[in-house]
Order: sequence, then structure tokens, then C-alpha cells
Amino acid sequence: MIRVIIRRLLWFIPVFFVVTGLTFATMHALPGGPFDSDKTPPALIQQMEEVFGLNRPVQEQYFIWLSSVAQLKFGPSLAARGKPVESFLLPGLAVSVQLGLFAMLFALSVGMPAGIVAAMHRGSWRDRSATLIAIIGVSVPAIVLGPVLQWLFALRLGWFPVAQWASLSDGLIPYLSHIVLPAITLGAGLSAIIARLTRASMLQVLGEDYIRTAQAKGLSQRVVTVRHALRNALIPVVTYLGPLAAAVLTGSLVVEQIFAIPGMGRYFVTSISSRDYPMVMAVVVIYALIIVGVNLLVDILYTVIDPRIGHGN
Amino acid sequence: MATSTAPAPVLASPARRSRTLLFDVVMRLVKDPFVVICVLYLAALIVVAIFPSTFAPLSYEETNFPDKLAPPMSYATTPKLEGFRYIMGADRLGRDIFSRLIYGTRVSIAVAFLGAGISFAIGLTYGLVAGYSPAKVDNMMMRIVDIIYAYPTLILIILLQVFLTSLAQQPAESLGALQTLLVTLDTRSGGLFFVFVAIGAVSWLNMARLTRGQTLHYREQEFVQAAELVGANNRRIMWRHLLPNIIGTCIVAETLAIPAYIYTEAFLSFIGLGVQPPMPSWGSMIADGYGALRSAPHIIFFPALALSLTMLAFNFLGDAIRDAMDPKLRDR
Repeated sequence: MIRVIIRRLLWFIPVFFVVTGLTFATMHALPGGPFDSDKTPPALIQQMEEVFGLNRPVQEQYFIWLSSVAQLKFGPSLAARGKPVESFLLPGLAVSVQLGLFAMLFALSVGMPAGIVAAMHRGSWRDRSATLIAIIGVSVPAIVLGPVLQWLFALRLGWFPVAQWASLSDGLIPYLSHIVLPAITLGAGLSAIIARLTRASMLQVLGEDYIRTAQAKGLSQRVVTVRHALRNALIPVVTYLGPLAAAVLTGSLVVEQIFAIPGMGRYFVTSISSRDYPMVMAVVVIYALIIVGVNLLVDILYTVIDPRIGHGN
Repeated sequence: MATSTAPAPVLASPARRSRTLLFDVVMRLVKDPFVVICVLYLAALIVVAIFPSTFAPLSYEETNFPDKLAPPMSYATTPKLEGFRYIMGADRLGRDIFSRLIYGTRVSIAVAFLGAGISFAIGLTYGLVAGYSPAKVDNMMMRIVDIIYAYPTLILIILLQVFLTSLAQQPAESLGALQTLLVTLDTRSGGLFFVFVAIGAVSWLNMARLTRGQTLHYREQEFVQAAELVGANNRRIMWRHLLPNIIGTCIVAETLAIPAYIYTEAFLSFIGLGVQPPMPSWGSMIADGYGALRSAPHIIFFPALALSLTMLAFNFLGDAIRDAMDPKLRDR
């Protein structure tokens, strides 16, 4: 087990170099620089570029960047004239993570019960309506669902604020009321995917012999469902948590745009257009780290849930 | 795809069996009224996308400022359009939303088919070759996929798209011959070409993984060994023996992946990185309407509906094909 973890961690090294190298090269191949504007005199631009080392060859800049990352420094933000990137990204990351957790909570708490109920009553009206809602759920994208929710629940009914973000220090009620609509927007499609996944794997498990055995020896339906079926049916759902987290991550990029939430995704989009190289690099590294980390976590979780899976190789 | 016209007697029987399977699947599909509706809807979209000017009453860029934000079904107030009715209303610049919606179909349908085409052309071949190659080659090929995979898809697409569009904004004389060709293609297509490139660059990864997994499953089976024994070469085994077995799964996966391509384009256009105005796309129309959500919700309504319905149709169709091909569900 530990060997597998170590191997997976080592695997991050080539991923890191390819991902950062590719991003670095692409960003620096973009025409224009971070200090371009009509008002800034060329001499000043040159001076600024010298200060931030932008006049050196790209390879050299990459190595400088690497050595500063090795000291866990992501460098100064060029758009904000030298404030460290971390001072923007850490709060942004915190916001994105909160949004993502609420979205996953929503997705799991709606999707799993719906999938279980649909599978238990296969072919009934409950199953059909759950399946229909699920397929609509995966088909309505965030850029449609977000505005619809905003229009209905914020503009028409006035139940929730239209957009923006409130931190927990503003009070619990404003915090939660700001998070509801974006979390649903982000989680809706995922809950539909989870519902379908749960239903499919539940159906498969319910057809197994050991379920019939459990029923035959007179266990109540509830015990059979929860103890015997559910535990095995959840394995594919757990494996999906990795891609799910990745989907939440990139999905939050969309939702943050729609709801004007100061998360990491918004920094990413703005920093590309302002050629804020250190900011872009930091965001990409964090995203890749999260994806690799979550997948590793899922693999570990997988072996905990399903003891049959060995790591013989 | 390599198809040979001279059927070897040994190979004739699997080919015939796969045709009856296909026949079965189609028969099962046409029985479902929802499937028929989806197919008809998508077919209508394709026709509209190919001949937009036949269906659109006005051009997509014609602005009539007096009619700006006109509600649906209202008559035009501009003298030259006397008696014209805006079926879906007009947007902030007084452009006919119905016409723009029709031209926007072109973008979504093109992205759907191009994404799928690239995904099939590269992903399928890549996966087949990797899966049928010796373990070392397979490993190396799949590690490459893994590395690109660790890159968040949307971020890679955004980055590529920014890179490509800024290429288009450079002065023409600083570009090489190839770059000039690409930029010309892009401006001719209203920014669509680079969207294709960016989406195509990542769309094949999933397909490659799926195909490779399927190939690994089938390559150990008796019919492949038999083909190897009679001396069929690698190419023949891959295209004539392995591909027919895995193509069904791949088609289902691809149909279910198409909504993602459509959505990616819509999102890129939504944040202003997709097609270039005035070329309409459902995504950019949603962005237009989003700004007027409070005062004129009808602007966002129609493109949002079109986008959702189209994604729904592809999802539904993919599901239906999968169910129809599943032998376990055959005797429902």
C-alpha cells in the first residue's frame, strides 16, 4: 500500500514538469506583456521587465521560477505590482474549496438517495421520474442553470442574493444564503451523474446471489439494502469521486464567473488576459496538485471500502 | 477506416453477425418514441445548421436600434421591416434573436461533429495501437495520455484558446506561412476554427483510454488468436477484428461526450473566448442575455433553451443506444 502511494507521488514529478513547462511556454509565447498599456512609456516598461526578470531568456525564467517554487514561493503578482501571488490565491482557494464542498454535499445528498430509491423501485413511476430528472440534470449546463436560478430565486422571489460572496465572518445567514444558488448550480449536474451511477451499480448488486441469500434467510428489506447492497453498490460511486472532484474544480471556474465569486477560477481567467505569469502558473500548479491528490485519496479510499482489491503488483 | 472489398470466407461470418446486431439495435431504438423525437430534432438542427440562410428571416448581424429589446412576437417598428414579426424578440442591438439562434446552431452542431470526429480519428487509433502493442509501447503511450490528463481540461482549452486568438490579433506580416493559413481559416470562420482546435486537442484523451481498455479485453480472446494463427497482419487484426467489437461501446461513449463539446464551446463564447462577434453562438447569446436578465429575460431564454434541449437530445440518444446494445436488457 505504502509503496503504491509512494509510486503515485513520484508520478507527480513528471506531471508537474510537463504541466508547468507547457503552461510557462504557452504564456510566454503570448504576444504582449503584463505592463503593456497606452500610457506607460517604453523605458518604464523596460525597467519594470528588468525588475521582474522578464527580459531574460524564457528557459532561464523557468528555472528561476522553479527554484522559487522549491522554496514554496510563487512569486509576485505582476498585475498587482508585486504583491505576492499567495496573498490573492489563498483566499481565492479557500472560497473555491468551500463552494466545491457545498456543491459535492448537495450532489451526494441528492444523487445517492435518488439513485437508491430508483433502483429499489425499478420500473416504477419513481424510477422513471428520477431517471428523467437525472438526464435533464446532466443536460442543463451551468451557464443556463445559473441564470435561471438567479432570475427565479433572486430577482423574482428575492429569496437569495443574486450574486457575490459573503464570508463566514459576515454572519452565518448571509454566508449560507450567498452559497445556496452557486452550490446548486455547480452540484446539479453532478448529482444527476451520481444518481445514475448509484442506480446502475445498485441494480447490479441487487441481482447478485448473496442478496437473494440474505433475503432468503429472512433479513428485513432495510438490512439487506443498507448492509448488503448499499456497501457494495457504493464502490463505483467512490471511484467516481476523483473525476467528480476534478469536475467540481473546473465547474467552479464557470460558476465563479456567473455568480461573481472571488474564487481561484476568476483569478485564472483574468490573470491570463493580463499576462500575469506567476499567477497563472500558481493556479495551474494548484489545480494539478488537487487533481492528483484527490485521485490518490480515492485510490486509498477504494481499498478501504473494498478489501478484495489488492495491490499485488 | 480500412475496408477491403474481397471478403475472406473465414471472416464473413463475424461481419454478418454484427450486421444483425446493428439491425436489432436499430429496431429497438425506433420503437421508443422519445428516441424518434430526439433523432428528428437533431436531424432538423443539422439541416438548419447546413442551410441557415434559408431558415433565418434576417441576417445575424443586422441591427435595428429602434427595435432593441423588442419582446417576442412583437412587430418591427423600423420602416424598412414593416410587418416583420420578431418571433423571439430582439436583443440589445435590435438584432432578430430567431435569426441569430439559427446561425448559432451552425456553431454548436459543427463543434459536436468536429469534436466527435477528432476524438474518433485520433483517440480510436491511438487506443487501438496502444492496446494491441507490446506492454512497453502501450505503457509509454498511455503515460503520455495520463500526463495530459492531469492538466485540467477546461484550463488547457482556455489557455490554448487565448494563445490561438492572440495569434490572430498579431500583424499579418509577423506570421509565417502556416500561421497565416491558420489565422485566415479562423477569421473566415468567425473564430470557430480555433475553438475546434482547442476542443479537439483534448477530446481524444477519453476515447484513447476507452479504446485501449476495450482492446486489451478483446486481444486475448480466441478469435484474435485464431486470426493471428492464420497469419493476419497487425493492421488487419486491429481494423477488421478488434474494431468491430469495440466500436459500439465507443459510439455510445462518443454520443455521451458530444454534449461536453457543445457546452465547452458555449462556455468559451460565454466568457468571450469563443467565436468572435458579431458571429452568434448560443453561448455568446446567453452572455448577451445574461446582462439583461432583469429587464429582458427573453433574450437569454431562447438560446438557453436551445442549448439545453440539444444537450438533452444527445444525452438521451446516447443512453438509448447503450441500453439497446446491452444484451442484459434485451428481454425487457
